[in-house]
Amino acid sequence: MRLEIGCPLLPGNPSCQGCPHSIGLKALSVLENPIVVVPAGCTTIIAGMHPKSSLKFPVVHVPFASAPAVACGLSKAYDNVVVWMGDGGADIGFATLSGSAVRNDNIIVIVSDNEAYMNTGIQASGTTFWKAKTTTSPTGKREEKKDLALIMLMHRVPYVATASVGYMHDFAQKVKKAGEIRGFRFIHLHSPCPPGWRFDSSKTVEIARMAVKSGAWILWEYDGKFRLTGASRKCRDKGKRIPIEEYLRAQGRFRGISDDDVKEIEKKVDEVWNLVESLEKMF
Amino acid sequence: MKTILTGNYAVAEAVKLSRVKVIAAYPITPQTTIVERLAEMVESGEIDAEFVRVESEHSALAVVYGSSLAGLRSFTATSSHGLLYMYEMCWWVSNARIPLVMAVVTRTIGPPWNIHTDHTDILTLRDSGWIISMAENAQEALDLTIQGFKISERVNLPFVVGLDAFVVSHTAEVVDVPEQDLVDSFLPERKQAYVISPDDPIAVGNIAQNDVTMRLRYDMAKDMERSKEVIREVGDEFEKKFGRKYGLVEHYMTEDADYVVVMSGAWCGDAKEAVDVLRSRGIPIGLLKLTYLRPFPKEELKELEDREVLVVDRSFSMGHRGILGLEVGNVLDCKNVIAGLCGVDMGVEDFVEMFNRFVRGEIEDVEWWLK
Repeated sequence: MRLEIGCPLLPGNPSCQGCPHSIGLKALSVLENPIVVVPAGCTTIIAGMHPKSSLKFPVVHVPFASAPAVACGLSKAYDNVVVWMGDGGADIGFATLSGSAVRNDNIIVIVSDNEAYMNTGIQASGTTFWKAKTTTSPTGKREEKKDLALIMLMHRVPYVATASVGYMHDFAQKVKKAGEIRGFRFIHLHSPCPPGWRFDSSKTVEIARMAVKSGAWILWEYDGKFRLTGASRKCRDKGKRIPIEEYLRAQGRFRGISDDDVKEIEKKVDEVWNLVESLEKMF
Repeated sequence: MKTILTGNYAVAEAVKLSRVKVIAAYPITPQTTIVERLAEMVESGEIDAEFVRVESEHSALAVVYGSSLAGLRSFTATSSHGLLYMYEMCWWVSNARIPLVMAVVTRTIGPPWNIHTDHTDILTLRDSGWIISMAENAQEALDLTIQGFKISERVNLPFVVGLDAFVVSHTAEVVDVPEQDLVDSFLPERKQAYVISPDDPIAVGNIAQNDVTMRLRYDMAKDMERSKEVIREVGDEFEKKFGRKYGLVEHYMTEDADYVVVMSGAWCGDAKEAVDVLRSRGIPIGLLKLTYLRPFPKEELKELEDREVLVVDRSFSMGHRGILGLEVGNVLDCKNVIAGLCGVDMGVEDFVEMFNRFVRGEIEDVEWWLK
C-alpha cells in the first residue's frame, strides 16, 4: 500500500531551489500532530520568519547542541516529538544525541545529512565524504566519514534507519513505522545539496538515487531485526550497482578526483557493505 | 515542622513542596546532593515527578526548557563550571520568557580546580534576564526556592536561587519545613505566557526582524523592573503565611546607622555578628543584605545616600572593581573590599577588623583582603 505523503511545508518558503530538506520534510506529514524541534541550520531559515511560519506544525527553534534534550523535555507532556536537524547539529550536539539515545527518550530524531555545514557556507562536517571539497577542506577532506546511523544503532535503541530524499516512499514508511514505536527512534536521511555538492538544482533526486544505486549510500532499517530496504536490496550484488565513479563525477565537490582516489572510495564503500551485511546476519 | 537540613536538602524539600513535575540535572560538587536527594524522592514516590539523568548541564537546562514549554513546572541545579557549560541555554530560556527555577551552589571557577565558594559564577547571569536571589542560610534557600516559582511564573522570567558552597549547601541547620497544604495555598497551579501544544502550529524562537527582537528585549526589561513589585508582594504574602519576612533587601540595624555595609550571601551571618560587636562599642553601623541582585534594588540603596557605604564583594570584574562594588557604585558612592574569593575563609574577627578600619576611614576605594 502506498502511503499518502502530504506537504506540511507551505509554498513561498525560502528554501533554495532543489533543496533536499524541503523534499524530506514532507515525510513528517505521515505523523499525527508532531511537535518539531529544530536546532540552528538550513531548516531554521526554511521554517520562515516571525510572525509567520512555513510549517504546518508547532516548531520549537533551539540552540545548536540542545535539540534532543529539549525534545526530551517536551516528550514528558506529549508523544510525537520530532527533532529535525542536520549533520552539523549531530556533530556539535553529539553528546546530547548520545545521551538522549542512552535514556531511550520517547522521541524521533531525523538527521537530514547534506554532508557538510551548508547553512554557514559549506564547511566540512563529520559526515563529509573523504576527498570531498568544502570551504574548510579546499583540496578535499582528508579524514574519514563517520557512520552516524551505525553509531546510533550501537546505542541499542528500538528503531534506527537510513533513508534518502531520492526514495521518499521508503523514507515516509520509515517515519510512519518510527511513529508507531515508543522510545528513541533515529533516521539518518541522505540529503544531496545542490549548492553544497555543486550540481544543478534540478538533479537532487537523481543524485540521491545515484548514491543508493552506486552503493555509496545504503538503505536499511533496524526494528529488532536488521534488514536492507528498498533499492539497496538490489545493490547487494556489486555487479548490479552503477559504477561509483558515475556518482562522484556528477558532483563538483569531487572535481579533479584521481582514478586512484576513486578506487580508494570504492574500497571504502565495499568495506561499509561488508559491515552492513554482517550486521544483517547478526541482528 | 522544624528539622535539621543542609542547604542542599532544604532546596530539595522546597522542590518537592512546589510540586515540580520534571527535574533534570547533572552532578557537580557541591550541588550533587540536591540532585541525589531529588532522585531518591522520585524513586521512592515521595514526589510525583520525572527525573531525567542528562549527560551534561547544557542538556539539563535544555530538558527543563522543553518540559517548561509544555507547561510542566520544572527545576534544575548546578554550580560553577556546570553553569558556564549551560550558559548558552541560560540566555535562551530567559529570552524565550519561560518561567522555571534553578539552584546555583556558588563555587570558584578554575583553574586551578577549587570547589569552594565564590560569587563570580552566579553573577555571570546578571545581564541575561534571570531573576537572581542569594540565600544566607538553609532556611532562606528553601523559602526562596518556593517563592521563586511564584515570582517566575508571574513575570515570565527564569529564577535562580544562589547558595554558597559548603557554608550553606553542606551545613546542617534547623530549618522550618512548611506543611504541604500551606505551600499549596501559597503557590497556585503553574501559569505561563504561552504553552507549546500539538494542536497549535505556532513557531517559537524562529528568526525575527531586528526591531521585533529589540522590542522583546524592551518588554523583558520592563518586566524585570515590574518584578520588584512582585517580589515585594510575594515576600509580604510569604510572611503572612509562613511568618518569615522577604523582600529585595534585608536591613540589619541600618535605621540609625552612619555606616552601612552592603553584602550578599552566607557570610552576611558573620557580618551581622561583627556589626553587633561594633554596636556594643557604641559605633553606629548596620548591614544591608542584598537578597536579590537582579532586579537590582536601586531604590533601597538610594535611601543610604547620606551614609558612609562599604561594599564587601565575593566576586570581581577583572579590570574594574568587585561586581557588587560596581553595581552599588552606580547608585551611590562606596568603598569596595574584595574578600573571600576562591573560598578563602572569612570569619567574624575579619569583619570586625574590616569594619573598624572602614569606620576609621582607612579602607581604600578598592581593596583586596588577602590572607
